[in-house]
Amino acid sequence: MSETYLPHEVQYSSARHQAESAISGMWLFLATEVLFFGALFLTWIYSRHWNQAGFDAGAQHTNLAIGTVNTVILLASSFVYSAGVAFIEAGNTRRLVQCAAAAWLLGLAFLILKFGVEWRDDFAKHLFPGADFAIHGPLGGSARIFFEFYFLGTALHGLHMVGGLVLVGWIIWRARRAEFSPALHTPVIVVGLYWSFVDIVWIVLYPLLYLVGRGP
Amino acid sequence: MSLWLPAATTSAPEVDHLIIALLLISCAILALVFGLILLYVFKYRAGSSIDRGALAEKSWRLETGWTVATLLIFFGLFVWGANLYLRLFKPPAGAMKIYVVGKQWMWKVEYPGGQREIDALHVPIARPVELIMTSQDVIHDFSIPAFRIKHDVLPGRYESLWFQADRVGTYHLFCTQLCGTGHSDMVGDVVVMSNPDYQKWLEQNGASETLAQAGQTLFMRYGCSGCHGGNGVGGSQSVSTVRAPALAGLYGSPVTLADGRIVTADDRYIRDCILAPQTQRVAGYPPVMPSFTGQIGEEDLLKIIAFIKSLAPESRL
Amino acid sequence: MSATAIAVPAAEPSYLTDGLTLRSWLLTTDHKRIALLYLGTITIFFFVGGIAAALIRLNLVVPEGLIPSAETYNRLFTMHGVVMVWFFLIPAVPTTLGNFIVPLMLGARDLAFPRLNLASWYLFVIAGIVVLYALFVGGVDTGWTFYTPLSTAYSKGHVVAAIVGVFIAGFSSIATGLNFIVSIHRLRAPGMTWYRLPVFLWSLYATSVILVLATPVLAMTLLLLSFERIFHIGVFDPALGGDPLLFQHLFWFYSHPAVYIMILPGFGVVSEIIPAFSSKRLFGYKFVVWCSIAIAVISFLVWGHHMFVAGTSLYSALVFSILSYMVAVPSAIKVFNWIGTMHKGFIRFDAPMLYALGFIGLFTMGGLTGLFVAALAADVHLTQTYFIVAHFHYVMVGGMVSAYFAGLHYWWPKITGRMYPEMWGRAGALIIFIGFNFTFFPQFILGYLGMPRRYHSYPPEFEVLNVLSSAGATILAVGYLLPLAYLTWSLFYGERASANPWGATGLEWRTPSPPPTDNFDETPVVTEPPYNYPPPELVQRHV
Repeated sequence: MSETYLPHEVQYSSARHQAESAISGMWLFLATEVLFFGALFLTWIYSRHWNQAGFDAGAQHTNLAIGTVNTVILLASSFVYSAGVAFIEAGNTRRLVQCAAAAWLLGLAFLILKFGVEWRDDFAKHLFPGADFAIHGPLGGSARIFFEFYFLGTALHGLHMVGGLVLVGWIIWRARRAEFSPALHTPVIVVGLYWSFVDIVWIVLYPLLYLVGRGP
Repeated sequence: MSLWLPAATTSAPEVDHLIIALLLISCAILALVFGLILLYVFKYRAGSSIDRGALAEKSWRLETGWTVATLLIFFGLFVWGANLYLRLFKPPAGAMKIYVVGKQWMWKVEYPGGQREIDALHVPIARPVELIMTSQDVIHDFSIPAFRIKHDVLPGRYESLWFQADRVGTYHLFCTQLCGTGHSDMVGDVVVMSNPDYQKWLEQNGASETLAQAGQTLFMRYGCSGCHGGNGVGGSQSVSTVRAPALAGLYGSPVTLADGRIVTADDRYIRDCILAPQTQRVAGYPPVMPSFTGQIGEEDLLKIIAFIKSLAPESRL
Repeated sequence: MSATAIAVPAAEPSYLTDGLTLRSWLLTTDHKRIALLYLGTITIFFFVGGIAAALIRLNLVVPEGLIPSAETYNRLFTMHGVVMVWFFLIPAVPTTLGNFIVPLMLGARDLAFPRLNLASWYLFVIAGIVVLYALFVGGVDTGWTFYTPLSTAYSKGHVVAAIVGVFIAGFSSIATGLNFIVSIHRLRAPGMTWYRLPVFLWSLYATSVILVLATPVLAMTLLLLSFERIFHIGVFDPALGGDPLLFQHLFWFYSHPAVYIMILPGFGVVSEIIPAFSSKRLFGYKFVVWCSIAIAVISFLVWGHHMFVAGTSLYSALVFSILSYMVAVPSAIKVFNWIGTMHKGFIRFDAPMLYALGFIGLFTMGGLTGLFVAALAADVHLTQTYFIVAHFHYVMVGGMVSAYFAGLHYWWPKITGRMYPEMWGRAGALIIFIGFNFTFFPQFILGYLGMPRRYHSYPPEFEVLNVLSSAGATILAVGYLLPLAYLTWSLFYGERASANPWGATGLEWRTPSPPPTDNFDETPVVTEPPYNYPPPELVQRHV
C-alpha cells in the first residue's frame, strides 16, 4: 500500500480492503444477473423446442443489419471503456474521461438504433404480439411467443443499458473532479465489470434474436 | 366425526399400509427425540449435581452411525413409495375408459355408451377403470380420497388415472387444485355399483347414441372424411385427391413419424394429430393436414376420438 | 437468572442514543438501526398476515363457510400466503437478527455495504406498500403460488399489482444476501478462521447463497407471468401455444429453495441457543456446518416434489423423490447434534431455550411428515389436502417462528439493553407450543381423511376437527400477542442488561448492551474455537 492515507469506511481495515470487497460485491451481483437472464434464456430454449417452426417464422422478420451493427457498437464500447481503466491505472485521468465518454456515446448510439430505429420499425410492421400481429395462420401463435421473447429480452437488456449509462456518466463526472488515481479507482473497475456484463448478455441475445432459425 | 376413510379400491389399502409404516417410523423417531430431550433436560438440568463425567472425544462414529441409519430408512421408504406410485399410474391393458372434462366449476363425465353426467361418476366393481381427463380452462385436479388417487387435469392435454373399485358405496369426489371462486363447489360423488346394478344404470341413463356414433357424425361434419374417407374406412388415393393415413385399425397400433420416431396411436396421439398436426407428421405423407385448434371443443374431440377408436379391433381398445 | 448480571448505569451512550431525530433513523447506515427498522416493518406484516389467518380459521368453523363470499375467502388465503412468505418468513431472521448480530459476531463495525443495507429496507417498504395496495383494492385470489392459466387468463384479482410488490421485495432479499456473503468473507475479525465462525453465521451464509441465486429466477418468472397477463400472449397458456407446467417448474425452482431460506436462519439461531443454555460446546460443529451447506445445495434439486400429480413424467417423479429424501438427511443430523449438545450439559430453562426446544420438537414433527409426502404413493393421497398445510405450518410456524422468537428473546438484551420479564417469556413459549399443536395437529387428520386445502366450504363430517383447529388458533393468537405486549413493556420498564447476561460465548457478548455505534472500542482478536465452554467435568470440579 502507498504511504498516504486513503479514506475508507470504518468496518474496513484499509482502502484496499474496501476496494477489493466492492469488486467482490459486484461479481456477486453479476452472478444474480446471470440467473435472471439465464431463466429467460432457458425458458426461451424450452419454448423454441416445442414451437420450432413458429419461432423460425418469427425469426425471419428481425433486422439482422441493425442487430449486427449494434453488436459491433457494444463490443467497441466495452473495449474502449476497458482502455479507460488501463489509462487510469497508469495515472492518465484525461484519457480515462475520453474513453468513458466514447463508451457512453457508443452506448447511446446502441440505444438510439435499437429503440429509436429498430423497435419503431418493428411496431410499424406489426411485429409486437398484440391484437394486430402480422403473422397469421397456424404458426402465428408460436411466432407471437418468439416476439414476446424478442421484446422482453431487448427491453430488459435496454433497461440494463440505461442503468449502465447512468453509471458510466457518474464515472465521467467523478473522473473530471479528479477523484480517481492509480492507487484508488475502484468505482471505475466496478462499473466496467457491469458494463462488460451487459455486453455479454447481448452476445447471448444476438444469436437468439437474429441468427437462430433465420435459415439461408 | 369419523376418523376412518374407506379404502374402496384394490390399491387403496396398499397406500394405507405405506402411510401406517410412515406413521410408525415417525412415532419411533419422535419418541427417541422427545424422550432424549425430556431425559436430558431433567437429568442434566443446571441445578443437578450428578456426575457428568468425561465427554466422548470422537464424534465420528456416532455421526456416521445415525447418518447411515437415516439414509437406509429413507431409501427403503423411497423404494416402497416409488414402486407403488408406478403401479398406481400404469393402467392395465383393456381397462374400461371413461372420459372426464373439468371446467370452472364442474366435472363432466362421459361414458363410451354415450351416457353423460355432471359431478358424478358411476363405476362397476371389480373391473379396472381408466379415466382420461382434460380441462377446458384452468388446471383442476380430480381427487377421490377413498380411492387414494388424484391427478391434475390440464388444459390442452390428456392426463389419466386408473383404479379397480372393490367396495360398493358412494364416495367423495373433490377438485383439489385451486381453480377460482367455485373451487370448493366443484365436488361430486363417485358411485361404485355391483355389475348387474351398473348395467341397469347404464341402460336407464342411456343416451340416444354412443360416443362413437356421435363421433362419426362429427367426423363428417368437420370434413375429416374429405381426406380420410367417409364411413370410417380411411383415406386412399381412390377416395380423395389428398393422400391421408388410413384410420381403420389405427388406434393402438404403432405409427412411424417423419423424424423416425415410432409412437403408439393412443388418445393423446390422436388428439395431437387433430389439434397440432405439424407436431405429429407421419412418415410417407405430405404435411398438409390443417390444425383444428379452437374449432373443436373438448367434448367433441372425445367423441371423434371414440369414433376412431371404434375402427380398431376389440383387442386394441 | 444468570449470576453474571451486574448493575449497569442507566442510559449509557449507545447506538440508540446516537442521534435522536427521525432523520437520523431514516437515513441511518448503522446496521443495528436498520435491523430495528426492519423489526418494526416485519412485525406489522406478521400481524397483517396473522389477521388473514384468523379470518381463515374463523371461516372454517362451519362447513358452509362463515364468510359468505368464496372469492373473498380465496383472496384471504392468497394474501396470507403472500404476506407471510415474502414479507415475514423470508426476511424475519436475516434482516432483523441477522443485520444486528452478523457484524457483532464477526467482530466487525458494520456490514460490507451499509448504504446498500439501507436501500434494501426502503425497497422492502416500497414492496410492502405495493402489496398492501393490491390487498386494499380487492386482493388476489390465485393462491400465493399464482398457477397459470388461472393467474394469467382467468383471475379477476389484482395479480400484476401483487406480483410487482413481490418483485420489488426480491431486490431487497438479494441485497441482504449479497451484503452478508461479502461481509462474512471479508470482515471477519483477526483470528476468526472459517472453522471458528459461529453456526449462526454459517447458516446465514448458506441462506444468503440461496437468496442470491434463487431469487433472480423468481424475478424472471414473475416478469413472464405479468407479460402474459397484460398482453395475452405467452409461454404458460396452452390456448396461446404455451405450457402451464413450465410455470410450475420455474416457480418451484425458486420457491423450494425459498423454504430453506426461511428455515436455515432458524437452524442457526437454535445452534447458538442450545450451547449457550447447556453451557456446553456444540456437538459435532463441523457436521452442523457442512449440513447447512449441503441443505443449501440440495435444496435446488428437489423442486419437482411439488408436482408429483401435476403431469410430469413418472421418471422425473422418481428422481425428485429420492433427492427429497436426501435433503432431509442433513436436517436430521442437526437435530441429533443439538440433542448431543444437551447431553451432559448444564441446562437452563430461560425463554430462549424453551422456544428453541419447542423448535426442535415442532420442526421434527414437521420434518417427519415431510417423509410422508416424499414417498410418491403416499403423496398422491396426501398432496393438495390439509396434510400438506399442516406439514408446512409445522416446519414454518412451529419451527421457524419459534426459532425467530427464540432469537429475539436471546438477543433482546443485546439489542435493547433491557431484559424481558422472564416468567412472561416462558409463559409465551408454552402457550405458543400448546396453541400451535392444537391448531395444526388436527389438520394432519383432516388431510388424510381427504379434506382439500384452499376450500371455502367443506363436507360436514370434517366440522369437528375444523372447530378444534380454529379453537387452537385462538390460543396461538394469544401466544403471539403476549410477546408483543411484554417485549414492548420491557423497552420502558425492563431490568437493564449487562454485556453478557446469559454467560454465552461469541463476540457479540463482549460489547455493552446495547452496543455503541461502532460496535467495539477495539477490534477483537479471536484465539479460541467457537462455543468454547469448559468441558463438564472441569465445571463440576469447581462447583
